[in-house]
Amino acid sequence: MFWVRRALVHRHRWVSDGEFIELLGVAQVLPGPVAFNLTLMIGHRLAGYRGALAAGAGLVGAPLALTLALGIGYAHFGTLPIVQSMLRGMGFVATGLVLSNALGLSSALPRQPVPWLFVALVFTAVGLLHVPLLLVMATLGPCAVALTWAARDR
Amino acid sequence: MEAGSLFVRFFILCTFAVGGLNTVMPGLFHYVVDEQGWLTARQFTDLYALGQAAPGPNALWVTLIGLQIASWQGALAATLAMLLPGILFSLLMVTLQARNPNAPFAIAFRRGLAPVAIGLMFSSGWVLLRSAGHDWAGLAITLATVGLLLRTKLNPLLLLAAGALAGASGVV
Repeated sequence: MFWVRRALVHRHRWVSDGEFIELLGVAQVLPGPVAFNLTLMIGHRLAGYRGALAAGAGLVGAPLALTLALGIGYAHFGTLPIVQSMLRGMGFVATGLVLSNALGLSSALPRQPVPWLFVALVFTAVGLLHVPLLLVMATLGPCAVALTWAARDR
Repeated sequence: MEAGSLFVRFFILCTFAVGGLNTVMPGLFHYVVDEQGWLTARQFTDLYALGQAAPGPNALWVTLIGLQIASWQGALAATLAMLLPGILFSLLMVTLQARNPNAPFAIAFRRGLAPVAIGLMFSSGWVLLRSAGHDWAGLAITLATVGLLLRTKLNPLLLLAAGALAGASGVV
């Protein structure tokens, strides 16, 4: 995200910082990779649907090729003891990446009981009790939005 | 056949992946490991970690899962399933000219879903904690990663490389 912003806003000046933040706000509530969706919308703003296509393909193309190469490597060498030990070490770091991401985002939550109640409820349901994720999203998601909406009116 | 059912389930799950793919990881894990038995828990975490090591959108670990399960068809199915919901909704948004992320409902939607997304991310962390084969040394590496990332601006790739090195040298 940092690099996307630097390239589009600072280097090429294709979009202003304000536009970038505005579209980022939209991208964050769309499903899927946030950077990808943001890039699509910026591409569309610059050059219509063909711009969106070019931007999306440009963002994903090269990393996808590299990822596939890694995957093929894993399929061939994934069971070698040395590769297994390296991946084990990386798995511990990757766990830390996810947890720090979650912690970093939670520091931006308002210090009120309701948002934290939802964090706890969702974690208990999905993480600990293995309630199907879609069921949780379909029930707790609308409740969370509705409560936030109701709190706004007051 | 596998690629087909993989596409359908991944597509449905990814449609709910508000805030990035990490939010639906527990659902993907449950489907691939517990329900279908296509991968072991360890393979899943291996591929997730490997996906973080590639540059670009780090959601590409989903592609690796698909590739491992059903070769090229699997990779294609997983990648499309991951990107299509975003493509459809992004184009819908720009077509509707939904330019105002500060409309009251948009704010309520974003603020309301933030805790749900965070709860899901903690669940994803928990999935990895349970299946990456953590011992005390592994737990120490995870905690050190969390501390370093929250306090410094270190590149995560460096930490992943350090993790690989720690693994290869037999520290963990």
